[in-house]
Amino acid sequence: MRAQFVLSEIGVGLRRNLTMTFAVVVSVALSLALFGGTLLMSDQVNAMKGYWYDKVNVSVFLCNKSDAANDSNCAKGAVTADQKKQILADLDKMAVVDKVTHESQDEAYKHYKEQFGDSPLAASLTPDQMQESYRIKLKDPEKYQVVATAFDGRDGVQSVQDQKGILENLFDLLDGMKWGARAVMALMLVVALMLIVNTVRVSAFSRRRETGIMRLVGASGFYIQAPFIMEAAVAGLIGGAVACAFLVLARYFIIDHGLALSEKLSLVDFIGWDAVLTKLPLILATSLLMPALAAFFALRKYLKV
Amino acid sequence: MIRFDSVSKVYPKQNHPALRDVSLEVEKGEFVFLVGSSGSGKSTFLRLILREERCSHGQVHVLGRDLARLSNWKVPQMRRQLGTVFQDFRLLPNKTVGENVAFAQEVIGKTRGEIRKSVPQVLDLVGLGGKEDRRPGELSGGEQQRVAIARAFVNRPKLLIADEPTGNLDPQTSVGIMKLLDRINRTGTTVIMATHDQNIVDQMRKRVIELEKGRLVRDQARGVYGYQH
Repeated sequence: MRAQFVLSEIGVGLRRNLTMTFAVVVSVALSLALFGGTLLMSDQVNAMKGYWYDKVNVSVFLCNKSDAANDSNCAKGAVTADQKKQILADLDKMAVVDKVTHESQDEAYKHYKEQFGDSPLAASLTPDQMQESYRIKLKDPEKYQVVATAFDGRDGVQSVQDQKGILENLFDLLDGMKWGARAVMALMLVVALMLIVNTVRVSAFSRRRETGIMRLVGASGFYIQAPFIMEAAVAGLIGGAVACAFLVLARYFIIDHGLALSEKLSLVDFIGWDAVLTKLPLILATSLLMPALAAFFALRKYLKV
Repeated sequence: MIRFDSVSKVYPKQNHPALRDVSLEVEKGEFVFLVGSSGSGKSTFLRLILREERCSHGQVHVLGRDLARLSNWKVPQMRRQLGTVFQDFRLLPNKTVGENVAFAQEVIGKTRGEIRKSVPQVLDLVGLGGKEDRRPGELSGGEQQRVAIARAFVNRPKLLIADEPTGNLDPQTSVGIMKLLDRINRTGTTVIMATHDQNIVDQMRKRVIELEKGRLVRDQARGVYGYQH
């Protein structure tokens, strides 16, 4: 196959169909930007959930040495071995408790490092500043209050936290946004596919003279179809590149600058550039293959060999 | 070269067959006129040879191949050995004469070197040497048909199919086209030409096949047009 000939045919086709090409580029860009957006939102939720979120319902945080000085709940000093033993025994006796896991200061430090490893706060932290804790899985997550009333204010206990309660509303919101974005994405995807099919049809129709001659002189089906498929793929790829630019700009203006959420919400762990960059190849590949396949199937109908 | 064994063709949703029980053979190097009124089945006959259609009954052999058994992806290979010319020329208006002829080679993957060599050659053969850079719109009808013949012949087909090639041309120009087709025939290329042009058929004295309502009604070695239309 002569590359130059095929490329010039693609160029002619795309220019002849400029408005349709533009529509394909825009719809592919929007649907894939939303696609990437939902992926990044999932990443963001996972980043915020941290190590224990999906594993436990309630955390009982125990006093450490620095709490003893700063926190009124820990006025009686850091937790002692006896207190710990008693707390554990009481937890084991409670009917609502399914499973108890002990997290030592070292483990807490490790998990913190994993989640916030690159923040300046993590660098200045040492293991003995971390809190020891019991991470409790409940048989019924709604029964959080039973554990809270039993241990709140007890000697050696700094606080009892309903693990889900804190972030649940935010996650519900993010989840809702994710599903909303998915619905719009699905719609845009359908629009993009229909536009591609229509573009290919118009393109095949406007070049029926050429394809008719190609058929008669014995050009192979692949040779006849390739320019149309590549046309769709090129338009799709441009759309995919626009979608990638969208995502990069979105990360830049929402998290780093502009809205600058990373400054305003310094305690939240935001997704890094790696999360964005790893999505880009997937988006580009989709933007190339999806229109190419759509064109291929459209041609089977409109371009008999 | 071509063999029809009791070939019938019925198009979907039509009661009357376009061809009924046609059997004939065309040898290598023959020049054959295909005559008959509109709707007699001439176009169907040609479309079966090109395998644009498949026959409903019987067998069509072209270049030694049973077209019913030829799988779809092998059809292009078969068509590379056929050349086709139409009444309406079917040239690409935005390409030059040279590009139009080269197109037939580009799309079957010929190299640039081969194309650069064969295009001027075939344009000389059809009498259009030096007009490579003109566009079809700047040429007369006869010249446009010569371009179309050059395009059909540039890949050196074994069989040239012409569907009323002089239908849009005045008598004098038509004679020129016929001389050209005759010259191509003398290079060993088999030519099948469907036509309504009485004068041409009568002058050329070649084999005449006549179809009427889908039936083969006459197959004459050195025939004349022979019916009133």
